[in-house]
Amino acid sequence: MELLIKNGFVFDPINGINSEKMDIAIKNGKIVDSIQEKNAKVIDASGLTVMPGGVDIHSHIAGGEVNAGRLLRPEDHVKDVERKTAITRSGVGYSIPSTFTTGYRYSRMGYTTIMNPSMSPLEAKHTHEELSDIPMVDKASYPLLGDWWFVLEYLQKGDLEECARHIAWMMETVKGYAIKIVNPGGLESWGFGRNVHSIDDRVPGFDVTPREIICGLCKVNKMLNLPHTIHLHTNNLGVPGNYATTLETMKCLEDLAGDDKPVAHITHLQFSSYKGRDWRTMKSGAEEIANYVNNHSHLTMDMGQVIFTDTTTMTADGPFQFNLYNLTGHKWVNHDVETETSGGIVPFRYRRKNVVNATQWSIGLELALLIKDPWKIFLTTDHPNGGPFTAYPKIIAWLISKKARMATLKRTHPKAIKRSILSSIDREMSLYEIAVVTRGGTSKALGLKHKGHLGVGADGDVAIYDLNPESIDLPTDYKVVRKAFSRAKYTIKGGQVLVKDGEVLQEMYGKTMWLNVETDEPCRIPEEMKTKFRDYWTVEFDNYPVSDHYLRSQSPITVKASI
Amino acid sequence: MIVLTPLRKFQFPVMAECISPDVFQGKSRDEIASLTVYEGNRRKKLGNLFKIEKESAENLKITIKGDVNEVRRIGSGMKSGEIMVFGNVGMHLGHKMEGGKITVHGDVDGWAGSEMKGGLIEIQGNAGNYLASPYRGSSVGMRGGRIVVSGNIGTDSGASMQKGVIKIHGKAGHFLGFRMRGGVIHVEKDVGDRAGACMTGGKIVVSGSLESILPTFTIDKMKPKVKIDQNEKVTGPFYVFLGDRSENGKGKLFASKAANPHLSSFEKLL
Repeated sequence: MELLIKNGFVFDPINGINSEKMDIAIKNGKIVDSIQEKNAKVIDASGLTVMPGGVDIHSHIAGGEVNAGRLLRPEDHVKDVERKTAITRSGVGYSIPSTFTTGYRYSRMGYTTIMNPSMSPLEAKHTHEELSDIPMVDKASYPLLGDWWFVLEYLQKGDLEECARHIAWMMETVKGYAIKIVNPGGLESWGFGRNVHSIDDRVPGFDVTPREIICGLCKVNKMLNLPHTIHLHTNNLGVPGNYATTLETMKCLEDLAGDDKPVAHITHLQFSSYKGRDWRTMKSGAEEIANYVNNHSHLTMDMGQVIFTDTTTMTADGPFQFNLYNLTGHKWVNHDVETETSGGIVPFRYRRKNVVNATQWSIGLELALLIKDPWKIFLTTDHPNGGPFTAYPKIIAWLISKKARMATLKRTHPKAIKRSILSSIDREMSLYEIAVVTRGGTSKALGLKHKGHLGVGADGDVAIYDLNPESIDLPTDYKVVRKAFSRAKYTIKGGQVLVKDGEVLQEMYGKTMWLNVETDEPCRIPEEMKTKFRDYWTVEFDNYPVSDHYLRSQSPITVKASI
Repeated sequence: MIVLTPLRKFQFPVMAECISPDVFQGKSRDEIASLTVYEGNRRKKLGNLFKIEKESAENLKITIKGDVNEVRRIGSGMKSGEIMVFGNVGMHLGHKMEGGKITVHGDVDGWAGSEMKGGLIEIQGNAGNYLASPYRGSSVGMRGGRIVVSGNIGTDSGASMQKGVIKIHGKAGHFLGFRMRGGVIHVEKDVGDRAGACMTGGKIVVSGSLESILPTFTIDKMKPKVKIDQNEKVTGPFYVFLGDRSENGKGKLFASKAANPHLSSFEKLL
């Protein structure tokens, strides 16, 4: 099947194309130089914006926690029901949509690749079953390895090479894509009802500190040549005054940056950028963080923007969720995954008239706007923690228009304006920069060679939006932009038109990507490990790996490690 | 005035959100007859299920003649006008109602007035379970308005209530006012177990006998009279309990002294 997209205004940041009028040709699911027009299906994109398909770097769409969240919140579903159509299945939303609905909604917004950022290895089978049920997008999952006992033991021994081999084996076993670290050391402590409060606290039961876990895994990541960096959720997340911990974490990674390439991705940075002693004095620490990031190039980040809505927070950070439960008195699920990680779920409503929530809202935008290089900070809501992913168009409107920001800021708590410097920021992003923060940058940070750009050989994933960059004035017509990004004119995945005018035309299942890391020596899975499985796990060692039939269709990516 | 008469006995649940004065407003008889309803999983027209007569030009008054046990969501989200039903009604009557009046000369099924914000529901017969309660998992209860029931009500009524008045002339089942935060519930006859469990605010007034008091309630004082709303006061005397202490609550549970001799042991603690 051949497809020709004619005369669109193309934004392709990876190839440096900024609003050029050109044709995009797709043959057999890949982008090619040119094709014969008479054999191809032609889409006339004149006066429309053409971008690569969206790539989301951090969105909880599947796994044990997401599903527990669904069970916890019937009231979330009852208010957002999608009827079945001739093509799509029925489903429910809102903050934790059912699998099919998740796929359709992403596709309607022009997204084609989604990264599910937390998968406890024990629940990998469940996660992959759910991912297989999400249509319309390609996806991958990051296993939680920061508090995995074997990793902690290897780090304690200082045996990084064996640790690397073990992680290479884990990636293949659980079909993961990157190393996810959540509150390093804190999750293990939470098993004993405690937490770590700085990156130099000792982890109970192990002779390591969060600093050693972060640096150790960062080195391991380099040894294995993994496409993405370590994906880090910092210590002390969601605690006033935590910007100091975040800065310290960033600094401890400085030495590991060899060339100009980033060595770590700090996720949902907004939740890690608070100043103040307690919630009453809490204010934005975005300026300090942004200053640091502007002067260093070893990090990438994503926003974790907060939306004023009723949502469900879920992280593997058990102690943080416990604090949130104490703060709200809402329902709470505490989820302990044997020797691997913890987790928690608490419903939460971000309110305009709450000074803390309004400040959180400002911090996300401040970070995105104060960090000058859009290749460093990407657009996310940490779905569903800051708000559902369906709010991305709203965030785009806030980023491109000061008017839009001020309109929302005026409706928030009056004290919130003074607690951040958002009202003094004049920067307004261009469509090119939006293309960076939603597809180009994320794809580059993830090391996805065939996604997020429209160069020859890339996957035929294209999003076309009903926006004419020549006639529209972005800052004043932000409502038009918001509408355009929430309903893609066309979403094309692998050369197939999936969505037209915001309606799903056909259902198609994407692939699950995972890493096949080749090491010189294979990982020694010692007898000791098998005995440990007997002693500490509820599953047998032989039942642990995710076998192929859990993945509907897969695309293993082979990586050659340097050990 | 619009008069609806069911053409037959419905075998399956009928979802009829459209039976509401706000929807009927400004529509001709034929337009009303072609409104969509679901019978089971089949899409039907209102005219297929009901005989529709238009008795005067204005549509703000709807009368339903006959039993509509299987018909759900009558008056859902209504803001004005009046619905009168001569017969029994199905579930979700006046769900999310904001204004106007619904009168039922018969019994109603569960979840009547759930998540109601305003208006008046009068039930001459009995009401089912979950009167004025939110759906499962939700914490948004009744936020205003008034419900009056002449007969008895089922269990789990008034859950998560925030505002408004519920007046029951008969008996109430157990778990009355679960997680209540505000508003007033007055029951003239007996009330089942665990009234006011997890309540943090509001008033539950029991003029009849109260089976037992939860151990997480503490006696506060005696009171000769209780105010229900601006126009109404009930005379007692009443035992006043505060609770639910397990939730740090400041809700008030009033139990009539005359009808509850088994609570007299609490007087020692005053």
